[in-house]
Amino acid sequence: MSEMQDYKSSLSDTSSRKFGTFSYLPEMDAGRIRKQVEYIVSKGWNPAIEHTEPANSFSYYWYMWKLPMFGETDVNRILGELEACHKAHPGNHVRLVGYDNYKQSQGAAMVIYRGPMK
Amino acid sequence: MAAKTYKAGVKEYRETYWEPHYTPKDSDILACFKVVPQAGVPREEAAAAVAAESSTGTWTTVWTDLLTDLQYYKGRAYRIEDVPGDDDAFYAFIAYPLDLFEEGSVVNVLTSIVGNVFGFKAVRSLRLEDVRFPLAFVTTCGGPPHGIQVERDKMDKYGRPLLGCTIKPKLGLSAKNYGRAVYECLRGGLDFTKDDENVNSQPFMRWRDRFSYCMEAIHKAEAETGERKGHYLNVTAPTVEEMYKRAEFAKSLGAPIIMHDFLTGGFTANTSLANWCRDNGILLHIHRAMHAVLDRNPRHGIHFRVLAKVLRLSGGDHLHSGTVVGKLEGDRGATLGWIDLMRDRYIKEDRSRGIFFDQDWGFMPGVMPVASGGIHVWHMPALVSIFGDDSVLQFGGGTLGHPWGNAAGAAANRVALEACVEARNQGRQLERESRDILMSAAEHSPELKIALETWKEIKFEFDTVDKLDVAHR
Repeated sequence: MSEMQDYKSSLSDTSSRKFGTFSYLPEMDAGRIRKQVEYIVSKGWNPAIEHTEPANSFSYYWYMWKLPMFGETDVNRILGELEACHKAHPGNHVRLVGYDNYKQSQGAAMVIYRGPMK
Repeated sequence: MAAKTYKAGVKEYRETYWEPHYTPKDSDILACFKVVPQAGVPREEAAAAVAAESSTGTWTTVWTDLLTDLQYYKGRAYRIEDVPGDDDAFYAFIAYPLDLFEEGSVVNVLTSIVGNVFGFKAVRSLRLEDVRFPLAFVTTCGGPPHGIQVERDKMDKYGRPLLGCTIKPKLGLSAKNYGRAVYECLRGGLDFTKDDENVNSQPFMRWRDRFSYCMEAIHKAEAETGERKGHYLNVTAPTVEEMYKRAEFAKSLGAPIIMHDFLTGGFTANTSLANWCRDNGILLHIHRAMHAVLDRNPRHGIHFRVLAKVLRLSGGDHLHSGTVVGKLEGDRGATLGWIDLMRDRYIKEDRSRGIFFDQDWGFMPGVMPVASGGIHVWHMPALVSIFGDDSVLQFGGGTLGHPWGNAAGAAANRVALEACVEARNQGRQLERESRDILMSAAEHSPELKIALETWKEIKFEFDTVDKLDVAHR
């Protein structure tokens, strides 16, 4: 059994802040991101993009990037919009949402670009 | 219509209560009982007796029968089937007219259909396997205070099962030490922690102190992790007045969720508390202590799928539903059946999952199934596969027993969960590839790595007592 480790997390260390599903995994590379976008499309969910300053990520409402991409099934176009949002707001978390309008909920929500923690 | 005349005496039940040509109405409450009759009692007579004793009938003719429209009000046995794998038993299907029951009262429904009849001498044993609640009855009940979608919105969590943990040891901690255990779990990445059902307000930890310390733990963990957190504050109490007092205090502290034990606390209290939670915007977690007393014996009692349906009507946002893979009883097919009954809008009859009737819930919200009891990280792929996203997976010992403590245990479970969800979304077969998925996730998480080493040999491979009825020849 290996040496006992301290769990590093504190109020003063902003890298302790998480932001929902997949935020406990290492940041995904392009290939893994594409697979998650494909999943949202395969479910028939409507992709949507949101972003926020990392310091304000606890709030329910992030800034909406344009409108949800209703009916969009082109994975490259969705990835392109994510990148466009990231370029416009390089300091922000950029989140991809899959709206499930039948359940009136979000079937998926994940941060694709992680803003630097300050 | 010729007037009936009164003749005192005892008639065979089947003369009045066995109607094999009856076509059930959409508004009837339908019940399927598994009946083992006493030797020499024909099936039709036993089925009719169950119908009579659970509706209008009694053991002898009474003159006041003639003052009512018995043809309208009586329950009817309308079908009999063999039970696969059990030659002594048979299924009796009984239809009850809706007016036999008070609107919005699961208490009244149960008092009738699982009342005196279960002690009736003409049957050796009796089990209520399933009940079809007509939509006309469903709409008179309040149901879950919020339901799955509202809970996701309130907690701001999407695209994965939620994670919980029951705080242990279940008895004996002081309120402040208990709050410490809660805080450590939540800062490590769990969404919820839970009062053990035994924890109410004992001398070593009074409810008020526990509530205060747990809320401090929630607030600090939220500030630290940037995610929303909750602790199921158990308001189960000796009296409803006391229950409300505890619920009001939880509300005053800003608690997002409270907890109740629906069988030991009782359906009247549960329904009232569910209404209170709806009025006050607080989620309601439901524990099911005592259920196995009622539902485990395959020949006598009430099947859990009925208890789950009744809870959905009475009201609760979470309900413990077994794990299939952990330390507690639960057949896989049957579990899949009742979690559908808890969550879905319309469930078709499916005997392979033990569902005897179509069930339409109309607009009634769904209940989040909670998998809890003897599960640890190695079970995660199977749990995600069985329960899907709309569930709470609760690891008690599997969080608190981590060699580096609760926060590390929580983080290990959260990493394992997210790795499984990512893999599922990629189209990978979770149960077949479980080892590979967990081992590669552990490369980036020392907490998960040590958890996988700690629990690698723990299995609970006992045969299930209450299985689905399947043919034996």
